[in-house]
Amino acid sequence: MQYNEVMVRYGELSIKGKNKKAFISRLAQNVKAALYDFPEVKVHGERDRMHLELKNADSDEVLKRLEPIFGIQNYSPVMKLDRDMEQVKKVAIEMVREQYAPGKTFKIATRRADHEFPLDTNDINLMLGDEIIDHIEGIQVQMKKPDITLRVEVRLNGIFLSSQTIQGAGGLPVGTSGRGMLMLSGGIDSPVAGYLAMKRGVEVEAVHFHSPPYTSPRALQKAKDLTSKIAAFSGRLQFIEVPFTEIQEEIKKNVPEGYLMTVTRRFMMRITDRIREQRRGLAIFNGESLGQVASQTMHSMIAINDVTNTPVLRPVVSMDKNEIIDIAKKIDTFELSIQPFEDCCTIFAPPAPKTKPDLQKTRDFEARLDVEGLIERAMAGLVMSTISVGDTLEEQQHEAFSDLL
Amino acid sequence: MIYFDNSATTQVEDSVLETFMKVSQKMNGNPSSLHKLGDVADGLLQQSRKQIASIIGVQESEIYFTSSGTEGDNWAIKGTAIEKMRYGKHLITTMIEHPAVKESMAQLEQLGFEVTYLPVNEEGIISAADVKSAIRPDTILVSIMAVNNEVGSVQPIEEVGEVLREYPSIHFHVDAVQAIGKVPLDLSSSSRIDLATFSGHKFHGLKGTGFLYIKRGRIIAPLLNGGGQEKGRRSGTENVAGIAAMARALRLLFDQKEQKIAAQKQIRDYMIDELEKYSKVQLFSTKNGAPHIVCFALTGIRGEVSVHAFEKEEIFISTTSACSSRNKTSSSTLAAMNVPNKIATGAVRVSLTDTNTKEEAQQFLRSFEKLYENFKNIK
Repeated sequence: MQYNEVMVRYGELSIKGKNKKAFISRLAQNVKAALYDFPEVKVHGERDRMHLELKNADSDEVLKRLEPIFGIQNYSPVMKLDRDMEQVKKVAIEMVREQYAPGKTFKIATRRADHEFPLDTNDINLMLGDEIIDHIEGIQVQMKKPDITLRVEVRLNGIFLSSQTIQGAGGLPVGTSGRGMLMLSGGIDSPVAGYLAMKRGVEVEAVHFHSPPYTSPRALQKAKDLTSKIAAFSGRLQFIEVPFTEIQEEIKKNVPEGYLMTVTRRFMMRITDRIREQRRGLAIFNGESLGQVASQTMHSMIAINDVTNTPVLRPVVSMDKNEIIDIAKKIDTFELSIQPFEDCCTIFAPPAPKTKPDLQKTRDFEARLDVEGLIERAMAGLVMSTISVGDTLEEQQHEAFSDLL
Repeated sequence: MIYFDNSATTQVEDSVLETFMKVSQKMNGNPSSLHKLGDVADGLLQQSRKQIASIIGVQESEIYFTSSGTEGDNWAIKGTAIEKMRYGKHLITTMIEHPAVKESMAQLEQLGFEVTYLPVNEEGIISAADVKSAIRPDTILVSIMAVNNEVGSVQPIEEVGEVLREYPSIHFHVDAVQAIGKVPLDLSSSSRIDLATFSGHKFHGLKGTGFLYIKRGRIIAPLLNGGGQEKGRRSGTENVAGIAAMARALRLLFDQKEQKIAAQKQIRDYMIDELEKYSKVQLFSTKNGAPHIVCFALTGIRGEVSVHAFEKEEIFISTTSACSSRNKTSSSTLAAMNVPNKIATGAVRVSLTDTNTKEEAQQFLRSFEKLYENFKNIK
């Protein structure tokens, strides 16, 4: 059924006092961003709920796009009709029929905002109830806990019908907690970390390090594809590529094997922090969790975290790998993540990195390098792009090849 | 010209050929190459695979590209035999299969496999009960065509599938070359079919293209070993241009498929009704058969003679099947249907596609009338 409005109910934010206005306008922005290719949709953010006027936009698609947006408790597709009871009857039958299966029960719940309307609540309930019983064979009325509740609202500007409530993603609207930099590799963990940050309202920007020709264009594309997947939760995302070849080559030349990984990560952390400063972010997010491999020990975290005072938040720190994979599957990044392209973290990976790097030694080895010069050159070569939902290689190819196929 | 030999091959559709040429000219990389030319070719290959899979209702990972229907049949049969020979060496097929199946079976017989060839009834149809009674503990494969290429008889694939549900380790192969786009074929995950052969040039694609459906979890040994293309199961640099063209042809085939089938049925029924009126005509196809094949014999006149007589009128038909029509032997399907050799030698096949019209059928019948009168006197 093609609906012409959607009503969105807010989640946690309805309890926030002062910030409420900012929250609502941010949510409205995010909704608009998710519907970027439906410019005809009008978004009205009101105090208690948000109304979307769909005009002729495909309502199924719009409903699907709302599903991942944080800050939405639930939402309902609505038919706004003229105040003409004949038309209301027709749509009411169609709406209930769409959800009806043998054995299901229903009720009509009418509210009148306009008390001048000639029919009162009971009249309308009865009239539509009769109509539905007459037209849908076998359907039963049930006042307590019916399977289908058809809500009817009579207002001055029309009559509004709705019968479905769809669960939203919960959380806080992306952006209401400020901006954070996500260190995005091509692995399973970092997109999940990004998703969890977004869920708590963080406007995430993805920072990706690449080292051509050691890393392939496909590895970069994979990071972009992952970004496009998590963009589903905010509409779009800033993607920042850092040229990292020179730094990795320098480290490889000058630092003993056992400390390659630690020093490399310190550079990544420093550069991410510089970008954060430039982009006025408040924190750094990454996909680190606590484990047995070298990059995942607390000793290692001390040695890497040494380069900044900025909060480094690790949303998946205490999760088991399987828990992370479950979320990765839910947000549809898992299949992409396991594609076998080498990223910056795996090239030059020594056979036996130190699991307990010594902080002082780390600093000493790093001092052999022109740290400032290397970072400045990397910063000068940043490439920024905006990535939206559906900007994946797959989609581009689908588009590019559709004429041929 | 009237082209009524669509079961032999079809005309390449214009836009399909255009795809082939564009891809050959502009996206000619090897999908295995690491550079971007390879990436583009690989992307197109995967998109083609995805499109084909979604049209026939299977997973992308279940489609393997081949060079022809013949290769698909050979692979399904010999690949199963090699893979499963340690569990058994008995195969079941029918007496009316395409030579690609029949000869593969014959080769396996020489290597010590045993093959049961199921008989057909007078309409050219096997019975599922016969399949059941032919199954032995050492049976590893049942291979049955969905639609017979000579008379168009439709085989009870669903029923055979039901029989085989009790024997989950037996591979069930269906040669679907003549069935695609003509009769329903369920390859969904609930179907019992494990392997199905398809050929691109039978649906307005190019020759040298085809694909084999292999149900997820089923394993057949590769016949072509080499660079590990198609997940190591069918090596050889992919014919990307041909594959993309085939994906397009398949999409076009399924576009308004029901209407197209209905239209072909109408023409087929009309021809059967008209041909039935001649006393010296014997029909082997029925209205229960595939919508595109009419096989009949003109008693006393060799099929080859009829083919050439029609050719003079710019009408192109075939003796029973193109693959065997160059040999003097008569149709094996008709022999299996117990048609006496004397009559079978007179058999010809008219095979339709969605672009054929009733006017063409009328033209064909007018020419037939002429030939009939002519031959009647000769005899």
